[in-house]
Amino acid sequence: MLLFLIRRLLLIIPVLFGLLLLTFFMLRLGGNDPAAIMAGDNATPEMIARIREELGLNQPLVVQFWDYLVSVLRGDFGVSLFSQRPVSEDILDKLPATLELTLVALVIATVLGILLGTLAGVWRNSIFDHSVRIVSVAGLATASFWFAIMLQLVFAMGFEILPLRGRLPTGMAPPPDITGMYIFDSLVTGHFAITWQAILHIIMPAVTISLGGVATVARFTRSAVVASLQSEYANYEQAVGYPRHRVVFPYVLRNSLVTPVTQVGLLFGGFISNAVAVEAVFDWPGLGSYLVQAIFTSDYQVVLAVTLVIGAIYGVVNILVDMTQGLLDPRVAEKM
Amino acid sequence: MLILKKFLRDLPAVLGALIVLAAVILAIFPELLVDNVDRINRGNIIMRLKPPSADMPFGTDDLGRNIFERVIVGTRSALTISLFVVVVSMIVGVPLGLIAGYRSGWASSAIMRVTDVFLAVPQLILAIAIAQLLGRGQISAMIALAVTYWPFFTRTVYAETQKVRASLFVEALEGYGASKTRIMLFHILPNVAAPVIVRATVGMGFVILTAAVLGFLGVGAVPPAPDWGLQISEGRKYLPEQWWYATFPGLAILLLVLGFNLLGDGLRDLVDPRLRRS
Amino acid sequence: MSDAILSVRDLKLSVKGDAGLAQILDHVDFSIHPGEVLGLVGESGCGKSTLIRSIMGLPPKGARIESGSVTFKGQSLMDPKIAQTLRGREIGFIPQDPFQAFNPVFTVGDQILEILRWSGLPDDPKGGRYTKELRAKHRARLIEVLHAVQIPDPEEALTRFPHQFSGGQRQRILIAGALASRPSVILADEPTTALDVTTQMQILRLLRELAKDFNVAMLFVTHDFGVVAQICDRVTVMYAGQTVETGTTRQIIDAPRHPYTGMLMACHPERATEITGIPGQVSSPLTPPPGCRFAPRCPRATEACTTARPGLDRRADGRRIACIHEKEVA
Repeated sequence: MLLFLIRRLLLIIPVLFGLLLLTFFMLRLGGNDPAAIMAGDNATPEMIARIREELGLNQPLVVQFWDYLVSVLRGDFGVSLFSQRPVSEDILDKLPATLELTLVALVIATVLGILLGTLAGVWRNSIFDHSVRIVSVAGLATASFWFAIMLQLVFAMGFEILPLRGRLPTGMAPPPDITGMYIFDSLVTGHFAITWQAILHIIMPAVTISLGGVATVARFTRSAVVASLQSEYANYEQAVGYPRHRVVFPYVLRNSLVTPVTQVGLLFGGFISNAVAVEAVFDWPGLGSYLVQAIFTSDYQVVLAVTLVIGAIYGVVNILVDMTQGLLDPRVAEKM
Repeated sequence: MLILKKFLRDLPAVLGALIVLAAVILAIFPELLVDNVDRINRGNIIMRLKPPSADMPFGTDDLGRNIFERVIVGTRSALTISLFVVVVSMIVGVPLGLIAGYRSGWASSAIMRVTDVFLAVPQLILAIAIAQLLGRGQISAMIALAVTYWPFFTRTVYAETQKVRASLFVEALEGYGASKTRIMLFHILPNVAAPVIVRATVGMGFVILTAAVLGFLGVGAVPPAPDWGLQISEGRKYLPEQWWYATFPGLAILLLVLGFNLLGDGLRDLVDPRLRRS
Repeated sequence: MSDAILSVRDLKLSVKGDAGLAQILDHVDFSIHPGEVLGLVGESGCGKSTLIRSIMGLPPKGARIESGSVTFKGQSLMDPKIAQTLRGREIGFIPQDPFQAFNPVFTVGDQILEILRWSGLPDDPKGGRYTKELRAKHRARLIEVLHAVQIPDPEEALTRFPHQFSGGQRQRILIAGALASRPSVILADEPTTALDVTTQMQILRLLRELAKDFNVAMLFVTHDFGVVAQICDRVTVMYAGQTVETGTTRQIIDAPRHPYTGMLMACHPERATEITGIPGQVSSPLTPPPGCRFAPRCPRATEACTTARPGLDRRADGRRIACIHEKEVA
């Protein structure tokens, strides 16, 4: 298992290198001149030339890439043109907000998805089953940013029971910084009023992001439960006197989780994509809105760094998914 | 014939097919529901932000334009973008997947490594970056989406090709001395066609959603194009009083994507009974 | 002869499917007495599996019992509640395919102990909770039985997963699972067909010995008269959902009386002098012939065979035969 982990972690490195290569050349070849942007609208050609010199932009691209690579390996992602702060600091600031959001969305997607999928599979072809199918097909067809706006329209503007935007009410100070995830930090430090507000604020964005995930997990769980219930071992378990509820839980269910869990890796990619637009709708100060802003302001250092960080997170999540599969299925574990 | 019969018994899939068919017809002949297609971008300030009525079922927008007509005409750009992206992705992705899956050697592993890099971050993120680099507009969005979507086809075809490659009939053909190109084109391709078609159908819906995000974020279509994502972004400013402005374009996305997904599910059931829904 | 513990009386069962109403079982009739091994013989598709499932109170979806009864010591197994309490406790089960019967993601110990958890052992405290002590006791019993089925190092075996055992070993563990709760009857659904020939012989020998040692009756389903000869005390033969002949193993093998039994035995490779087979096909359960279901393929069939179903009549020597021509002979 440890060997598997190490091998998989090593395999991420060439992919990240490729990603860096791709984004670096894409931005340098296709983009505007960062020196010109930095110098501002009233810059003289001399000023721009001086900035180019300072940034090393008149070096051959290959040399520039090498320099960039070396500094990235040292943990230095450069300085953001927009905020004038080191990119790594900015990322550390924004990352917890996005992680908190995606983690809560992940919990919603797995818990709700598995619950709905299992019940739909057990009560196959019932009205409940059909409703779950309709909802999940629709969930996969909904544009997340539009759904986010609709939630705002109904629950924040209409019924006024949920806050419209942000992570906390304006004026409320965030809890002491431990992980940067407000719900966790406020719980640990005993600021329960903040916890409550943080939960209220995260509901709508997290539900929006998890929408497709709930649908996917429910679908895969359902078909796995249906297949598992018709399997020989489920027959055997009934024949030797297991009560029906035991056949379903834990015996059929544990088997049925292997497939949906493989989907979680894919879901995570969807979550990050959704986060980009959803963070914009809810003014959620995370990595997604940071990236969008950087793209619009041609803040290349930021785009490069955030893409790399997202790629790394994505890779780690996929390893975690494979390991969870190993925990659920001993046959998979043996191959690790 | 049997397949058609089986398909027709799958009500949700038939519904999906009907939605897609209706959308295609409206994209080609918007005149069926729109009085004057050339005038949909022309505003009328007196008719500004009127709620839905019998005359204008989706109301009007901030420039007094008929939202219903703009949503209908928007079908055309949604379908154009997604069709372009899916077709280009197939043209690029399918041959690459075939080669990578059937041959072994440096070319094959190079293809898969490049694919891995593209799949290492969510498609949307690369697409936004590329669309922004190319400059705002529908054409940029289309190119950005195509450049980032082909790896999905490569992956699918690669996996399927490897399955087929291991099968007995391919071994037999190789034994007879059939050429590799011939085996790929005439024996493997038809076998991977079904999953590719399913992927393409679902992909149409997926691309519509992604393109809408680009439009919403402002890296896609530019005003006054009747793009759904763009309309939602503009309509958002008038919430909650003028709720109809942002609501109806979103429902249009939902309906069309739903159509493709239902159709894709139905096709998948025909092709791969293992994932059968009932 | 003592009273039967398990009897199937005139069971008629139909299953409603996409293609219509299939009459799967038609007047199936036999009984099992304490400690005896009864062979249930018939070709695949003759309704053996449906019959086994119905005996366990788990008839297939869409099944309807039109007449007859299935009783265990006088209790009706057609009552789902009664059947649930008897499954595993009084009626053990050995499945056909040891490769498919285990749940792949749980240890064999967990799975077999789960049987004992719900069946209990005869000397367990009544109505008590499922405590650690009880589980330990069940474990000890299971280990004892695993010794009996010759699993090396049973303690350790309990912690392993199904895929870590060979097919023969898995079948031994499943046999232990059927025996552990001290049932009075075991249903064995072709327990050796999925195994290779040498393993088959070992498992058969083991089953024969265990049936004696544990004094348990067994319904042994098979399509193979070679297996019947090795293990069964009595045999009942089924054709297309109907019982056609019942008797002791000696009687049937030495002198099959129903034409179908004779032809089926002639198909057995060790006995067949030439490859004969039975001409024609098993009739569809959707449109069974009105009289004897074997009539369309029977060389001795006459007009009378196609009009009325022959009764399963008892003969002087104790065997029962459902053939009108056999009456004339007898």
